[in-house]
This record gives sequence, structure tokens and C-alpha cells, in this order.
Amino acid sequence: MTWLVVGSASSGEPWWISLIKAVIVINLVLFGFAYLTLIERKVMGRMQLRYGPNRVGPFGTLQPIADLVKLIRKESFFPAAAIDVLYILGPFLAAFTAMTTFSVIPWGPGWTIGGYEVTGYVADVPIALLLIFAIGSLGIYGFIIGGWASDSKFALLGSMRTCAQLVSYEVSLALSVLGVVIMAKSLSLVDIVAAQGADVWYVIPQIVGFGIFILAGTAETARAPFDLPEAEQELVAGYHTEYGGMRFGLYSMSEYINLITLSGLAVTLFLGGWHGPWLPGPVWFVIKLAVILFVFIWMRTTLPRLRYDQLMRFGWKVLLPLATVNAVLTAILVVWI
Amino acid sequence: MQPFGTLKGFGVTFKHIFKQPITQQYPEYKRPVYPRFRGRHRLHRHANGLEKCVGCSLCAAACPSDCIRVVAAENTPEHRVSAGERYARIYEINLSRCIFCGYCELACPFDAITLGNEFELSEYSRDDLIYTKDMLLAEPIKRIPVQDADLYDTPIPAYKSSS
Repeated sequence: MTWLVVGSASSGEPWWISLIKAVIVINLVLFGFAYLTLIERKVMGRMQLRYGPNRVGPFGTLQPIADLVKLIRKESFFPAAAIDVLYILGPFLAAFTAMTTFSVIPWGPGWTIGGYEVTGYVADVPIALLLIFAIGSLGIYGFIIGGWASDSKFALLGSMRTCAQLVSYEVSLALSVLGVVIMAKSLSLVDIVAAQGADVWYVIPQIVGFGIFILAGTAETARAPFDLPEAEQELVAGYHTEYGGMRFGLYSMSEYINLITLSGLAVTLFLGGWHGPWLPGPVWFVIKLAVILFVFIWMRTTLPRLRYDQLMRFGWKVLLPLATVNAVLTAILVVWI
Repeated sequence: MQPFGTLKGFGVTFKHIFKQPITQQYPEYKRPVYPRFRGRHRLHRHANGLEKCVGCSLCAAACPSDCIRVVAAENTPEHRVSAGERYARIYEINLSRCIFCGYCELACPFDAITLGNEFELSEYSRDDLIYTKDMLLAEPIKRIPVQDADLYDTPIPAYKSSS
């Protein structure tokens, strides 16, 4: 079982604690996804002078469960011209990669429970940030494969747009966190959080990087105003047009979990992770996560969708130069000071 | 890009969270219908209990979606149902076809059929949507609130009366 211990070998905790933590984190993230859909609909509803879902259970709190039951019970139809293996593989790839990345995000200081050292993360990988971007890029394959394999023009166009947009904005996204990496002198998220606990939150010196990260992150998760991959007025639903039932549910899930992971990453990199006064670490982490997620929902209600040329121009001509200049300036300042 | 305009937009959406939603929560709150709302049909009786309908089938002739079926029969001194010579032995309206245009109401020479206020007509079966004479003669089970008649049911349109 040595391969399982890799993450926690340095802290000397037994492998089964990592396993328990992994199970807990995955379930919490899934729970978070389910209720994020509800909260998003509720918040968007209130912003549009509606109530949002309020019929299933008290205040609509059982709505995600009803949605899940509906999705699972639906027939898993299959387009006649679809490529079997890839069509089925697509959503699983997307969901798998989405759920993997949360493992390296630290959410607490670590505790001693029953004589065992329990760290506040599932895995501390020295290249955690790279790992997140690498797995995130793998997740794009899920979208592309799914759109291509379903043999539909809308799905194909949607997956092409997803591909172009995600590749374009990933550059800015990766460059925007470079400043943080330079300041913390580490790619490990645990070290970055520790550096912020000792020093100032990086949102203050890296405010430009934070802005770029949020904007590029919105584009990475294909949410409004950058939701061109699934522009419903033009493309029906984008790459998952031909998907239904729980396969569509997996795609939807992977999108929302990517959003949660991205928000978690924003909290970890810029907002000091779990650090905060009075309250315990995980609580602070969740509070900050909720704030970032609210900003994403807020942005979705407020801003209209960009045109495709605007999207590309914004990504390549505004965000990328800004992120580059920000990274270079940070490097110069860190070396000089 | 107009950064300040965008920020203003964010302000507007945030402000609206704290406003009362304008949604009418339908099954709990039933919005009053207008006085001339055309809902489910009703058949009427005279004050002495005789049916107003004489089975002339003019409503069926006027119906553009052909959803009314009338089979008339002769009144006899022993069996008198309506005030006229004949009465409607069968009077059925297929509400799954009805378009609620109100032509039957206009065509009727005895004001025997009118369109009521009821609009909650969902059924689990299509057969249940065929309303028989007994159902149409009966009082509606559910009362639908009606808007203030003086305010809305003006015989002269407001734009003509005010000029």
C-alpha cells in the first residue's frame, strides 16, 4: 500500500487515516455540489425577484435529492451514431478528474485525535498546484471526448468551444498564480497556506493575480459570462447536448465540483486558506469558500454572455499580458526586497 | 469594457436579494380572475327549477372546435325538463378540445350556457375531461376569487369613456 501513503508519508500518519479523510472529503464535496445547485438557484432567484425552488421539503431543501432521484431514474439513452466507449467514458473522466483535485487542498491545521496525528489535508504533494492544473487539463478531455463521441453538431461545436476556451484561459490561470508561488517559494498548497499564516494574505500583494484568477477561473469552469461552451441560445446545451440521465448528471456534477475546487484553490492561494481568528480552521475555510462561490453566482446573474471574439480578445490580449506582467513584477520585487 | 457600468450592475443584483420577490405562490394564493374571464362552462336553470337549455344545438353549431354534443328529446307533460318544447337529453362538452372562446355563450338564445370562472381543470385521464350535463348544471366545487367588477368589468372601455 505504499502508493497510498505517498501523500502523508512526511507527517507519519497511518494510511487508513488518509483513506478515511479521503472518503469524508469526497462526500463533503459531493454534498457541497448538491447544495450548491440549490443555493445557486435560490440566490439567482432572489436576485431576479423570484423565490427559487421552495416546494420540495422545507424551503426546498430536499430539491437536490429530488433532482438526483429524477436523474438516476431517467433512461440512459444512446444516440445511434455515437461512439460507444468514448460516449460512456466522457462523463466518467470528467467527474473523476473533478473529484480528484480537491484532495490536495488543505482545510485545517491538523489535530491529534486518539494519539494519531491527523493532518488537515488528504495529501500534501510537493507539486500540488501543478497537479491540480494537470488533472484539470485531463478533465477537459472528458468534455471534448463526450462532445465528439456523441456525433451531433451542437455537441461537437460545444466541445470545440470548450476546448478553445479552456486552453486559452488555462494559460492566464496558471500565470496568475505564479506570483503566489514566487512569494511562497513553494508549489505545495500546505506550504502556501503556512506562508500566508505567517505573513499577510496574498490577496493584498497579489490583488491583480487574484482578479485574473477569478476571471480566468470563471472561464475555466465555463460559467456566465464565459459560458459559451454551453450557450443554450446557440448550441442547445453544448458538449452534453446528447447526454441524459445520470450521464448528464455526471457532467453537471463535474462542472460544479470544478467550481468548488477552483474556489477552494482561490481561498488557499489568496485568502489565507483555513487561517482566521477565533473560529477553527475548517469553519474559516468553508466561510471563505462560500464567499467566493457567492461571487461566482453573483457574477452569473449580473453579467451577460461575451461574444466569442470578445472572449478570445479578453483572454489573450487583456488577461494574459496582465498575468505575465504581474508574475514578472512579483519576481523582480521578491528578488530585490 | 465599461468597468463602472459593470460594477453598477453588480450593485443592482445585490440590492435585489433583499427585496420581496414578486412571485405569486400559486396553489396557496389564487390570483383573482377578471369578471369576464372565460373558464369552465355552466348550464343554468330557471328559478322554478326547469333547465334553460332547450336542446337547439346552436352552441354546437357555433363551436369552432366542435367539442359540444347535444342530443335533444321531446318534453312531455309527465316528464318536463326544460321550459321549451324540447330539452337536451345529452349535453356533453369535451373540455380537452374546448378553446374557451365563448361562442357557445353568444350563440345561446336562452342564456342557458355561460362560461364561469373556474380554470383548474386538470385531470389524470382524458375521459374525465368530458363534462356531462349533470356536471355542468352543478355548482362548481371550488370557488375562484374574482376581481372587483366595478373596477374591471366596464361595458364601455376605459379609453373611450375617459375621452
